[in-house]
Amino acid sequence: MRVAWSGLFTWLEATNDMNKMMSNKWIITAYMMPALLLLGAIVYVPIFLTAYYGLHKWNGIQAMEFLGLANYKTLLGDRAFWSSAYHSLLLAVFSCLSLIGYLIISLVLASRIKGAQLLRKIYLIPMLLSSVAIAQLWLKIYHPSNGLLNVFLERLGFADTPAWLAEPSLVLGAIFVPILWQYAGFYILIYYAALKGVPKEVEEAATIDGASAWQMAWRIKVPLISEVLKVTVVLAAVGSLKYFDLIYVMTNGGPNGASEVMASYMYRIAFKSFDFGYASAVSFFLLLICLIVTWLIRRATASDDKIQYS
Amino acid sequence: MALVAAGCSNSSNGNGGGEAGGNTQAEGGKQGANEAVTISFMHLWPEGVSAAQSKVVSEIVKQYEDESGVTIKMEVLDNEQYKNKLKVLSTSNSLPDVGVTWSAGFLQPYVEGKLFAPLDDVLGDGLGDQFVAGTTDAFAIEGSTYGLPLEFNIAPIYYNTEIFANHNLTPPTTYEELLNVVQTLADQGVTPIALGNKDRWTGSLWYMYLADRIAGQELFSKALAGEESYMQDSLLQAAGEVQHLVDLNAFNKGFNGLSNDEGKADFYNEQAAMYLMGTWELANFTANPDIPQEFKDKVGFFKFPVVSGGKGDSNSWVGGPGVGLFVAENSPVKDEAKAFVKYFVEKWGEKSVTDAGVIPATKVDTASLELPQLYADLFNEMNQASSITLYADVQLEAEAAEVHLNQIQALFGKETTPEQFSEAHEQAINK
Repeated sequence: MRVAWSGLFTWLEATNDMNKMMSNKWIITAYMMPALLLLGAIVYVPIFLTAYYGLHKWNGIQAMEFLGLANYKTLLGDRAFWSSAYHSLLLAVFSCLSLIGYLIISLVLASRIKGAQLLRKIYLIPMLLSSVAIAQLWLKIYHPSNGLLNVFLERLGFADTPAWLAEPSLVLGAIFVPILWQYAGFYILIYYAALKGVPKEVEEAATIDGASAWQMAWRIKVPLISEVLKVTVVLAAVGSLKYFDLIYVMTNGGPNGASEVMASYMYRIAFKSFDFGYASAVSFFLLLICLIVTWLIRRATASDDKIQYS
Repeated sequence: MALVAAGCSNSSNGNGGGEAGGNTQAEGGKQGANEAVTISFMHLWPEGVSAAQSKVVSEIVKQYEDESGVTIKMEVLDNEQYKNKLKVLSTSNSLPDVGVTWSAGFLQPYVEGKLFAPLDDVLGDGLGDQFVAGTTDAFAIEGSTYGLPLEFNIAPIYYNTEIFANHNLTPPTTYEELLNVVQTLADQGVTPIALGNKDRWTGSLWYMYLADRIAGQELFSKALAGEESYMQDSLLQAAGEVQHLVDLNAFNKGFNGLSNDEGKADFYNEQAAMYLMGTWELANFTANPDIPQEFKDKVGFFKFPVVSGGKGDSNSWVGGPGVGLFVAENSPVKDEAKAFVKYFVEKWGEKSVTDAGVIPATKVDTASLELPQLYADLFNEMNQASSITLYADVQLEAEAAEVHLNQIQALFGKETTPEQFSEAHEQAINK
């Protein structure tokens, strides 16, 4: 086979048809078609359908009733939705802030310390666990009377340990901990890989010039992986905005919506209240919010840096 | 942009992907030409979760297959997954021939969408008389019955007789006595009541009884149906009493964030004295081999006490039919399915109490069966019941039921006042 292919290319080159082939629009289209069709059918068509369903009232069983933009108008005035949007936003902000912590951990790991190999593997473990398993684990930790956390606090002398998942003022913070813990390994791994890509010569030059560890990290390594940093900020922000798993399993939206996020709110409207039209409107709105946030982040972090080692 | 689209699409896929999954069940119902009739039957008693019920179902199905030559193709799902799948199948109109449904508010959209077949002909054949009065009503919409109930439950307060004896307490008959019991136990450091209110319906049982005892069954039912205003003093008082119980520390710590299973653990490991739950729990107190016998021997029950000055009497229960069987309207083997359903209900009524510990909706001849004492006592109570109020989250329409459940959680968590509670109901019911 290989001989046949190389023979073909040699013949094409010889006849100068190779260039014609590569710049032939039909060939390019043919190569792109399968992936485009798949993406279109699985991703783009449902997005448009969701926007379309958002214009109707539908309980999933009976016929759909066209409502125009009424669902979207209700959405703008829906306090429960905006409260859940606020919680999603808080999660996004904390996720992005926690990236700083992950970066520091990666910087330490990447500088050849003892046990870096082992530590890397340990940090990665939460990412390998299923969301439901993590939720069950943390439910046991947060249990008001027998949970690890409260028993530990009682041993330390705190008499009145709070019920972490039942108090509306505490539940959101309590849930953020396992969510951030879940993805720590993912970001640490990305940063570690990016830092490993920084060429040794640059580091050695900086050492010769007398850079301290701090200067090395802050002035040399971090700027050289800034593209990766920007991508992870977008990932963290958008991933948090549409986050669902732990919220659903641990509190199902919390005491009366105290830990509701946009995705769990949409799920509740669709599958508990059976209002698929309104849920589609919420879903599409969530997509719009994600797009806007992404655009804002790219704008805010745009720069003209040309040298990248990631 | 592609990154964002790929990242955000998961939220919108939830709606689009559900429909694709619905078509897989269609094959089961479409067979059934002449010789080999196949009936597709979907139920919610998986072996791992409801072993006893699952066994009874399998036995009845096998018996029917042997006697009639029909093949039954079963599909079993867990409770929540069952609800989801039923929803998905209904959107593509490919329901199984026979399936399980709940009553009232759950049933209504399916009936309005003409997805369930009326079963009046099956009832008229003598089967109707075998049902306990009122159980089929919950499955009837505008005069036609669309489901045949399999379960019937009421909700007593189970209590630990040993804990009561240790603190010199007797089962209360009035609400003041109950408050006294709660106070005594709380002072001694024992959790009075086990409750897991994360799923919200458990707290709803407490509220419903208080509303029933204070406002009276008739007024409460009318208020839930929207025929009377929800802003009645008696209903405000009921909501207030709930918060009074919370103030007395009557419930286990952190109850508003614990699921029912986590909450009832306190009752099962004897750290809480009382537990309000339906008679479906009886199987755990009598037959379940995993529960230690010494605990089972300590469990008793009493009726929810009367409130002085209230209009409800002690023989009024919160409860109602549990699940029932439906036949799909577009089933190609409708007649065979109806025959199967009739057979199933009859055989289930004979076996369910002794083999599964489930109380069927058909009348049970307690004299001829050897039943544990708890069952016999509760059957007596059911026969003397003056009225049965169906659970609010089943009675109300889906959206109003969600509002009710959320309000219950807010009420128990002291996040709302009784006035706001009633107002939210008023708005949701009359929407």
